[in-house]
Amino acid sequence: MSAVALIERDFAVPDIRCAGCIAKLEQGLVRDRRIAAARVNFTEKRVHLSCTPDADMPDLLGAFTTLGFEAHPIGTGEEADAEAETSRALLRAVAVSGFAMMNIMLLSVSVWSGAMGATRDLFHWLSAMIALPTVAYAGRPFFRSAWRALRHRRTNMDVPISIGVLLVSVMSLYETATHGAHAYFDGTVMLLFFLLCGRWLDSVMRDRARGGFTALLRNMGTGAMVFRHERSAHWVDATALEPGMEMLVAAGERLAADGVVAGGSSSIDLSLLTGESAPQTVRLDDIVHAGTLNLDAPLRVRVTAAGADTAIADIARLMGEAAQGKSRYVRIADRAARLYAPAVHTLALLAFAGWMIAGAGWHHSLLIAAAVLIITCPCALGLAVPAAQIVAAGALMRKGVLIKDGSALERLSEVDLALVDKTGTLTLGRPEAQGLDRLDIGIKSLILALAQASRHPLSEALTRGLQVHDVRPADIRSIRETPGFGVEGRWSDRMVTLGRPIGTELGEALATQLAVDSRPVATIRFADRLRPDAAEAIEALRGEGIGAMILSGDRAEAVAPVARELGIMAQTAMSPQDKLEAIARQAALGHKVLMIGDGLNDGPALAAGHASMAPGSASDVGKNAADCIFLGDRLMPVVEAIRMARRTQAVVRQNFMLAIVYNVVAVPLAFLGLVTPLVAAIAMSGSSLLVVGNALRLKAAMW
Amino acid sequence: MNGLVLLIPVALGLGLLGLAAFFWSLRQGQFEDLDGAALRIFVEDEQDRPT
Repeated sequence: MSAVALIERDFAVPDIRCAGCIAKLEQGLVRDRRIAAARVNFTEKRVHLSCTPDADMPDLLGAFTTLGFEAHPIGTGEEADAEAETSRALLRAVAVSGFAMMNIMLLSVSVWSGAMGATRDLFHWLSAMIALPTVAYAGRPFFRSAWRALRHRRTNMDVPISIGVLLVSVMSLYETATHGAHAYFDGTVMLLFFLLCGRWLDSVMRDRARGGFTALLRNMGTGAMVFRHERSAHWVDATALEPGMEMLVAAGERLAADGVVAGGSSSIDLSLLTGESAPQTVRLDDIVHAGTLNLDAPLRVRVTAAGADTAIADIARLMGEAAQGKSRYVRIADRAARLYAPAVHTLALLAFAGWMIAGAGWHHSLLIAAAVLIITCPCALGLAVPAAQIVAAGALMRKGVLIKDGSALERLSEVDLALVDKTGTLTLGRPEAQGLDRLDIGIKSLILALAQASRHPLSEALTRGLQVHDVRPADIRSIRETPGFGVEGRWSDRMVTLGRPIGTELGEALATQLAVDSRPVATIRFADRLRPDAAEAIEALRGEGIGAMILSGDRAEAVAPVARELGIMAQTAMSPQDKLEAIARQAALGHKVLMIGDGLNDGPALAAGHASMAPGSASDVGKNAADCIFLGDRLMPVVEAIRMARRTQAVVRQNFMLAIVYNVVAVPLAFLGLVTPLVAAIAMSGSSLLVVGNALRLKAAMW
Repeated sequence: MNGLVLLIPVALGLGLLGLAAFFWSLRQGQFEDLDGAALRIFVEDEQDRPT
C-alpha cells in the first residue's frame, strides 16, 4: 500500500456549512480504502484528497454522495497557486516592512525626544542597518514596476515612489555619516509598509474572488465515462476526450463534448446553449452539444469534437472581440496616477530649483526635495481604493455575490440600463413542479417516496417541491428505477409507478404521472418558474434609475408572459450576435449597459456589457465572461451589488478628497522646509488611518 | 548607555523572533483556512468517540 504513489485531487463541495460537515467528510471519506487522506478547507469550501491511482472519478464522487454531499472535481489549481504565491510574497514584504517600521520608530522616538551626539548617531546607524535591507527586500515590487514603466517610456505611481524611497534613503545615509540631525529612515520604511498593505489588499481581493470563480467554473461537464471496449467504461477528463471516443451520458448528466447519438434516445435541455426553454428530443444520429443536459435516459454519444473544437468555439471568438472594448477601461486609481505622478515630480523639482536659487546649497535643497517627494507620495492614495473595495467585496461575498476584481465594482457603479436574459436568469432555469398543493396528502407522500429514490432532474424537482409541503414519504418497498421510463415500487400489495405519462395529449411539455396498479392517479406538469423576487428586483432597479429590458434567445410565445408579468420590454429569438449588436446600439446611445445572463449564448454579450453579472447556475462560459456572480435563487443580490458598488465608489471618491486635502496642507510645509521626520511620520500615518477608517464604514452600511 | 547595549539587541531579537514565527506559520499554511480553524475545535477525533 505504501509503495503506491498517491494522486492528489481537489473537489469543490458547496454544502460544507458547519463543524459537523468537516468531521463527517474527513472521517467518513478515509473509510474508503482507496482514499488515504482527506482535508477540508472550510473557507474555500473545498476538499483535498490523496487517493490511490485506481480510484476512478465516479467512485470518488460516489464516496461523497454516500456521505450526503455533492462534490465537483476541480483542477489541480496550479495557476491559482501561482497567484496565491504573489499574494504570499507581498504578505512577507508587509511583515518585514512592518517589523522594520516598528523598530526604527522605537529608535526615532528617542531621537525626537532629544537624544544628542553619539547616542543619536548610534540610533541613526542602527536605523540605517534595519532600513536599508528592508528597502532592498520590501521595495522590490515598486522598483520592478517602475522600471518596467520607464523602459516603455511611461510613468506610473511607482516611479515617484521608487525615486522618493531611493533618494530619501541615500540622503539619510549621508546625513547619518555626516552626524546630521534628520534621518528619514522611519519615513521611507513607513511609506513602504502602508503602500504594501494597499498592494496586498488588492491582491487578496483578486485571489479571493478568483478562488470562488474557479470553484464555480469547474462545476460541470468535467469528464465522461468512455467505453474502452463493449463492456467496460472508464472515466476520462474533459481535456482528454478525443473525437471517435464513445461516451455514456447518464440521465441528469451534462455532456462534456460535442457528438452524435450512437445509442438510446432521450430529451436534452438546451437552455444553457440557446436560451430555449423547452427540451428537445434526440434519437439515433442526432447531433448533441457540449454543455447541454441529458434529461431522461442514458445516451451513448460518439464524440465528434472536444475541448476547444466544440460548437462554443464560435461563441469564444465573438467573446474575444467583445472583451477588447472592456480592456480599454482605465481604473480610477490609474486615472488618478496619470495626473499624480507628473505633478509630484514637478513639485519636487520646483522645490529643489527654488531652494538652489535662494542659495541654500545643493545638500539642503536636495533634502527638501526629498521631503516633498516623501510627503506627497500617495500613501493614502494607494490605500484609498483597495481598502474600500476589499471591504465591499467581503460584505458582498457574505450576501452571496462574488466580484471578480476592483474594476468590476467601479464599472458596476456606473450602469444605467440593464439587459436581462430570460431562461436561467429571470427564471430559475430548472423544472419546477406545478400544482403540488392541489394534490391529496396521501398521493404526495407516495410521490415523495418514489421521487426520493431517483436522481432524475424531474424527481429532484418533485422532492424539492414536496419538502416545502412538510410531507412524509410513504412506506414503499423494492423500489426500482427503469432508465427512460421512471420509478416503480410496492406499496403494501399494490404496484405504484412514477414516470412518463401514458397518452400523448401533453405533447412536448414536461410532465410525470403517478399510477397505482397501472391506473393513472395524478399528473404533474413542470415549468420553469420566475425567480421568486424577480418583479421586486426589477422594481428596485427602476428605483435606482436603471431601466430593464429582456434579451432572449427563446421564442416570442415563451418570453411574452414573463415580459408581461414584469412589465418590461423584450426582444426575442436573438442569436449571440444579435445580443452583441443590441448592446452596441445602447452603448452608442450613451447608455452604460449592465448585462445579466447565464447561457453560453450570453457569453459575448456578458463580455461586451459595461458590467455584467451571471447567476451561480450559469454555464462555464457565462461565468467566465461575467464580472460578478450571484448565488442562490433570488435576483435581489443584483440590486444589492449595484447599491454596494455605488456606495463603494462614493467612499473611494471621499478618500481621494481626503488625500488631496492632506496634500494641500502638507506640501506647502514641505516646500518651506518645515517637514522634519517627526512631521512626516505623523502626517503619513494619520492620513492612512483616516482613509482606512473611512473605508471600514462600508462594513457598517451593509448591516 | 550601558543599558542600551543590552536592551536594543534584546528588543530587536524579540522582534525578529516574532517575524520568524510569522514566516513559519505562513509556510505551514496556517492562514489558508481561517474560518475552518474556528470550527475545528468542535470536531471530535474518531478514537474519542464512544463506539
